[in-house]
Amino acid sequence: MSGEVVNSKIVSVKPVIEIVGLCKSFGNNHVLTNFDLTLFAGENLVVLGKSGSGKSVLIKCIIGLLDQDAGSIKVFDSEIIELDDTELDQVRARVGFLFQSNALYDSMTVRENLEFPLRRHWIKVSQKEVNDMVMEVLEEVGLAHTIDMMPVELSGGMRKRIALARTLILKPEIILYDEPTTGLDTITAKEIIQLMMDIQKKYNTASLIISHDMNCVRMASNRIILLYEGSCYANGTYADMKASEDSVIKHFFE
Amino acid sequence: MATPSAIRSFLFEAGDIARFTGKFFSQVFRPRYEISEFIRQCFNIGYRSLPLVGLTGFIMGLVLTMQLRPSMVDYGVESQLPAIIGIAVIREIGPVITALIFAGKIGSSIGAELGSMKVTEQIDAMEVSGTNPLKYLVVTRVLAATFMLPILAILSDAISLYGSFLGVNIRGGTSFYLFWTQVFDNLSFSDVLPAVIKTFFFGFAVGIIGCYKGYNSSKGTEGVGRSANSAVVVSSVMIFILDLLAVQITDLLGFN
Ligand SMILES: Nc1ncnc2c1ncn2[C@@H]1O[C@H](COP(=O)(O)OP(=O)(O)O)[C@@H](O)[C@H]1O
Ligand SMILES: [Mg+2]
Repeated sequence: MSGEVVNSKIVSVKPVIEIVGLCKSFGNNHVLTNFDLTLFAGENLVVLGKSGSGKSVLIKCIIGLLDQDAGSIKVFDSEIIELDDTELDQVRARVGFLFQSNALYDSMTVRENLEFPLRRHWIKVSQKEVNDMVMEVLEEVGLAHTIDMMPVELSGGMRKRIALARTLILKPEIILYDEPTTGLDTITAKEIIQLMMDIQKKYNTASLIISHDMNCVRMASNRIILLYEGSCYANGTYADMKASEDSVIKHFFE
Repeated sequence: MATPSAIRSFLFEAGDIARFTGKFFSQVFRPRYEISEFIRQCFNIGYRSLPLVGLTGFIMGLVLTMQLRPSMVDYGVESQLPAIIGIAVIREIGPVITALIFAGKIGSSIGAELGSMKVTEQIDAMEVSGTNPLKYLVVTRVLAATFMLPILAILSDAISLYGSFLGVNIRGGTSFYLFWTQVFDNLSFSDVLPAVIKTFFFGFAVGIIGCYKGYNSSKGTEGVGRSANSAVVVSSVMIFILDLLAVQITDLLGFN
């Protein structure tokens, strides 16, 4: 690891995600080269990196949407690449994923969008339970009145909230956020960050937040990892990073 | 002119489609079976193409009859008109025109739908929601296209023969009963069966190529449009290629 490693304030000691020596290339484009990361239970970890640095590739590897070329990714002590389809689904049911583009199903209503992961992951669940859970998460994000709307009828901020509700519905132990504030105005972005913090407190999830939005980094992070040129360049709290004299870190934090 | 690189990329694409077809077959027989989604797709794919297929079938039968009639009159074989039309529509024109219409309507909509799902990460979202998108999106659509096209083609045959009946009746009448008797007397099982069988292959081609194009859509709205467009082009060409193969095979098997 190059650069400066600063003290990290560890919230809890039990790791839920452990990544060691992760490498991923697309042809000659070496996106991740020897990347390390550990996410502890209950912690908000922000991975900071500029656009195109491989942040989305990183979390897609974590959830098994992409296969890494080398290195180890352990989620809840399971090596992701070694799991069969059923085992992978079991892990995925415990991990929420908020997509950068929200990925709401535009042929389905808000209700159907929220029901989808429930019905697919938990096959035996009654309609009453489904309705209750849908209402619970919708109230959580403050959008109970949109239940019968189509995604196209919602604003950008509302779509983000519904997408968040959909990741919440399975009560995940980890939530992976892919640039949750990108494309939103600053006020909506602040509201979304606040919502993320509230959810984190209420459900005590661990969050891995990918971002290049400094507001988001400042407000949401317990700890920050700086992804630079394919590996972990620095690791520390916001205050540590802010105080750093390293030119690469300064470049992000000034 | 076909340049070497165009040939290369054509071959690469053909290989990719073959691989995608392999993936389809590796999923289709393994649980979990997405029955309700399959039925929904059958309804979507079959029902939505019905008006268009019916209309084009009708016009085709009518026009074909009106175009053929003068020559038939010249040769003094006007009475054979229903028989000729019957053979032409059922063996070739009905299946192929229906398949082409189907490619235009369903191929493009599958390509665009899966393409936009791909670029907006909806396919990834399904995958993390405990759903195999190959089964849920691809297998259901390909099977629905495979089973709906033969039904549509048979309906189109019937409607187009009805159009032809009206065409025969514009000048000089023939009774409804006589018309159909003449059509069916000249048709044998070996005319109908290969024609129906080939429509399954046409339907499969439209489904698999639409899904392949959508699944491999490049980023952006332009990419989605291109997927929809090339789904139609490639599946239309594929229909003709399959048609050519079908006629060779039926020939070899002595179905003529
Ligand atoms: N499926 C893919 N195939 C080829 N290249 C990809 C793929 N996904 C991402 N990349 C490349 O990986 C790099 C990092 O992409 P990404 O992780 O999306 O960046 P970001 O940090 O902005 O999220 C980019 O150069 C991109 O072109
Ligand atoms: Mg990204």
